[in-house]
Amino acid sequence: MAKGEIVLGCLAPHPPHVVYAENPEQNEAFAEGGWETLRWGYRRLARKLKSIDYDAMVIFTPHWQTYIGTHFLGLPRFQSKSVDPIFPNLFRYNYDITVDVELAEAMHDAACEAGIITKMMQNQDFRVDYGTITSCHMLNPDWDKPLVTISSNRNTHYYSAEVMNEQAGALGEACAKAIEDSGKRVVLISSHSLSHRHFVTESPLPEDMSREHIYNHSQYVWDMKLVDLMREGKMREVIGIMPEFTEQTMAETEGGGLTWMMAAMGHPDYPAEIYGYQSVIGTGNLIAAWDPDSASREIVL
Amino acid sequence: MSEEAEILFGVYCPPHPQPLLSPEANEGYSNLRDAYETCRQRIEDSDADIILVYSTTWPSIVGHQIQAHPEPTWVHVDDDFHYLGSMPYTFRMDVDYANGYQEACEKRGLHARTVAYDGFPIDTGSVVALQLLNPDNRLPSCIVSSNMYSNRAETIVLGKAARDALAAQGKKAVVVVVSSLSNRMFTEHIDPADDRIHSAKDDEWNRKILEFFADGRLEDLSQLSREIHGQIRVQKVVAYKPAWWMAAAMGQHNNYTGEVLAYEALHGSGGAVIALTPAEGSVGDKEFDEDDVEFYHGDRDVLTKGML
Repeated sequence: MAKGEIVLGCLAPHPPHVVYAENPEQNEAFAEGGWETLRWGYRRLARKLKSIDYDAMVIFTPHWQTYIGTHFLGLPRFQSKSVDPIFPNLFRYNYDITVDVELAEAMHDAACEAGIITKMMQNQDFRVDYGTITSCHMLNPDWDKPLVTISSNRNTHYYSAEVMNEQAGALGEACAKAIEDSGKRVVLISSHSLSHRHFVTESPLPEDMSREHIYNHSQYVWDMKLVDLMREGKMREVIGIMPEFTEQTMAETEGGGLTWMMAAMGHPDYPAEIYGYQSVIGTGNLIAAWDPDSASREIVL
Repeated sequence: MSEEAEILFGVYCPPHPQPLLSPEANEGYSNLRDAYETCRQRIEDSDADIILVYSTTWPSIVGHQIQAHPEPTWVHVDDDFHYLGSMPYTFRMDVDYANGYQEACEKRGLHARTVAYDGFPIDTGSVVALQLLNPDNRLPSCIVSSNMYSNRAETIVLGKAARDALAAQGKKAVVVVVSSLSNRMFTEHIDPADDRIHSAKDDEWNRKILEFFADGRLEDLSQLSREIHGQIRVQKVVAYKPAWWMAAAMGQHNNYTGEVLAYEALHGSGGAVIALTPAEGSVGDKEFDEDDVEFYHGDRDVLTKGML
């Protein structure tokens, strides 16, 4: 069996606003549009994914928050409705998700061997989180690939962003080993915003783009610092400053997604593909990808 | 209509699902279940019109959300404790009160909205509390979220708005606050038989808080909220808010009969079921100089002031 490999890593933010603005048939709410910079960036990245041969998507989501270790979806299919608890006016999405249970179990076992507290989630009534659904819908609206969803352990809150960085890195290395042993070609998804301070009010028309801007300039400057480092292929440096970035901008990197993905990919030293940056209700959202194949890697923006 | 809200009594209870799903797994879980049952019976024996729930496991971002679906129905599964089983529920909400509460919030400067969507994810804490305290939906209820950014002023105003709406509608309420005491859980899976409070420090602080509750010193606890947050709360949100909301909703004083019906560990966190009944006579000897907020003015725009 050939060695498995990670064929692409995607930073894929999950504000439900982008699904809402797309008006897919699965979502009950209707929008007049909005957040085009992100949506058009997502479309371009989705086209790239269509050109890549892969077996499964593995997504690390901060909206399945677990305090007792890291959990993996462990049943082959989940069908239900996801209603965003924060933005129920925007996101009421009927989903039908296929899970690569074999790969999930392999990752679970590899993480367990590495000393990480783990649990398979095998309750059929479990509702898949809206972070998973939003990122995966935007990257693959056809939903024709199985997923592995990994929960976000709350290390940043329980201990510190430094501990999060260490643990998420160890999890990434364990998942990379499981992928290699599986023989599968896998796309990794780190589902989160960068800076993550929200406005606490919403305009009467949520998609009114005249109201949309970053929460404050400090958040923007920090976000751009990370984007610059990503363009330069300095991902080890990004992960090095991750605790400070997370603390300074209340970043959603607190969940460990980017740290996990970069560790699994061996901290790329090649430029990231940048697909778009835009604020959503004050938060900073970047779509980016890391393509290990220099032949298909491109400068997007 | 009454000019003052009539709160018959208050219940402070934990959000964890063990007392509902696995009470037999540990004597402490069983004790908590019994304490819920005591409160359930008291609610049934009361002539309350509504159960009003403030849940710390329902976070909101866009202002304050108030459940207004007349009959929310779902099968809930907890993110961490999914292996304990599913929690099917159908609740009966007081839609008139929910709308009144939202309007009362707006009158006091808060951004608030009702939510009434099929399949809206009611949080574990609210599901556990309502299943155990009102299993037959004899009384209608209302659930309000806990905004993750709100601090003292906003939370106190939110509690006062709940009183306004009760007074305006002339409804007698039982107030339920769903929150742990210390909220640090073990970060590994444990045998429930071995459950204990995570640390001696958490246990000591919990017991000090329980002394205050037992003495009926709700306003004193409200004043201690910031200290409690720093000492025994995992820093997930900006502040420990339940005592602020509870005091503002029930009445900001120390004139309560307090009963600690159970105090047990829930995967390391401190879980207590406490009843607070308005009474005559006060306990404690403190007065406070922090402003008692009536109206929420929002952000102070600190970021845009004083710039060169």
